[in-house]
Amino acid sequence: MTRLEKNDRLVRLGLLMIALSAISVLAIITLFIFEQGTPIMFRYGFKSFLLGQDWYPSEKSFGLLPMIVGSLMVTFGALIIGVPLGLASAIFLTEFSHRRLTRILKPVIELLAGIPSVVYGFIGLMFLVPFIRDNFGGPGLSVLAASLILGIMILPTVISIAIDSIRAVPDSYREGSIALGATRWQTVRMVVLPAARSGIIAGIILGMGRAIGETMAVIMVAGNAADIPGSILAPVRTLTSNIALEMAYASGEHREALFATGVILFIIIMILNTIANVTSTRQRKK
Amino acid sequence: METEEFKPGSAGAPSAGQENSSSLFHYSRLLVIMILVLMALFPSCRSGRSGHSLVVAGSTSIQPFADKWAEVFMEKRPGEIVDVQGGGSSAGIQAVLTGAAHIGMSSRELKGDEKELYQIEVAHDGLAIIVHPSNPLENITIEQVKSIFLGEITTWETLNGQKKAITVVVREEGSGTRGAFQELVMGKSRITKKAIVQDSNGTVREIVSRDPNAIGFISLGLVNDSVKALALNGVKPTEEAILKKEYKLVRPFLFLTRETPSGLAKEFIDFILSDEIQELVHKEGLIPVRRGSRPEGSR
Repeated sequence: MTRLEKNDRLVRLGLLMIALSAISVLAIITLFIFEQGTPIMFRYGFKSFLLGQDWYPSEKSFGLLPMIVGSLMVTFGALIIGVPLGLASAIFLTEFSHRRLTRILKPVIELLAGIPSVVYGFIGLMFLVPFIRDNFGGPGLSVLAASLILGIMILPTVISIAIDSIRAVPDSYREGSIALGATRWQTVRMVVLPAARSGIIAGIILGMGRAIGETMAVIMVAGNAADIPGSILAPVRTLTSNIALEMAYASGEHREALFATGVILFIIIMILNTIANVTSTRQRKK
Repeated sequence: METEEFKPGSAGAPSAGQENSSSLFHYSRLLVIMILVLMALFPSCRSGRSGHSLVVAGSTSIQPFADKWAEVFMEKRPGEIVDVQGGGSSAGIQAVLTGAAHIGMSSRELKGDEKELYQIEVAHDGLAIIVHPSNPLENITIEQVKSIFLGEITTWETLNGQKKAITVVVREEGSGTRGAFQELVMGKSRITKKAIVQDSNGTVREIVSRDPNAIGFISLGLVNDSVKALALNGVKPTEEAILKKEYKLVRPFLFLTRETPSGLAKEFIDFILSDEIQELVHKEGLIPVRRGSRPEGSR
């Protein structure tokens, strides 16, 4: 009795230690970012960081507003492109396609998530950017290019979570609706989608988190001008790009300002994750 | 009895609960210790270098090159330590004046009192203004370049007659190439916010080579057939023009010492001026120099 109980305790202790080490890494990263990033924000004032429009670190001008707006614009653009496409794919794969076709198509879509982001960026730079420049004008490196690339990159997340939550809707709902004389599309639109709503929203928010955190592909196609874009054909810089672009030579306050960029990004992503968690628990309760 | 052994928390539930809380307390203490140990490790990484070493400090444009030279130097002379630090040209000059560094690095000419220092040119860095090969423009003035990068001239019309918007491409803040351009062309004025920013000479060249309306600047050594380097005030950017000081977008890479270099400092400087390193300098896109010089009028 004691031997087995001892074993059990040992295993429990071991697993707990491993679990805690993961948490402590998170704690250390958080601590480190805030320790490095907040002093400069206090020194120059939060307002000048959040609302300043000029990013000239060598002249001690650290306005992050263009990057905050840039991140939000590009992410919003990605959603405009990714969500309708993703939702349509998910609806087709769950409600309209043959089961055999779904079994082939779903893994193929999930494969999209396995393509490294630098490859997306490279394809964007080689084909999408010249296409935009030749057909719509501007330098090609633009909000539009970044949104299109990101919209495709978030598809797997949006689609697979939407499929899961649509499948979780009990068949009795569909049967009831069809028994009342509704067509398949009416059933989907008025019964299935509302029932799967919060799961779909959670998927969209996770996709949004992916879009706002993506760096490499965005650096390659966005143009990175530290200016609030005047149109979707103008270049744009995101928060993540700001860090990755300038970290190589940054020192002193410039480096601290990049950590401050990280702090703001961290806060935005935390807010998004919290929203995602809240919506998905709400669904589980239903 | 046997079944009870396999089900922890059935018979002994209350005792297990007690254990849980006490062990949780134990674990949380462990966690705190783990974090403390890890945090203690971080600063020790920073202050890892110490002891007798040659401290070289200054220009962040020279720093990446100097790092490489120091690496090769230390490989050849095991036991010697060359510590290369950044901080900027002015900080490097100050550091050598106060004795905080043995060698200062400056990527700008010395002025005023600074000329007291002993200076050795180790390389030159040239900047080329580049456009797409199809651009009919051949020559540009420094004033025109400045207006373009200020965002005052936004179309090619006054330059080559085409009514196309100019795509301005620059390097990121903090880069030495941008610093050189800022200093040599822009002075105190800011480069336009609308400029596209890339984080390497290679990507600037890539974008200019693909966009017929683009203009950018890169290190002279990295110009190739995919772009066209413009003549500046009528002077083509060639190595000869730079050595004759006719082409203006050039800055020296200077190593500075308080006295005539001696000991390890002299060895390191001689090493950089050796054929081997000067060839490396050339390969990295800089223009090699082989002469050490004492400026006129100094002690």
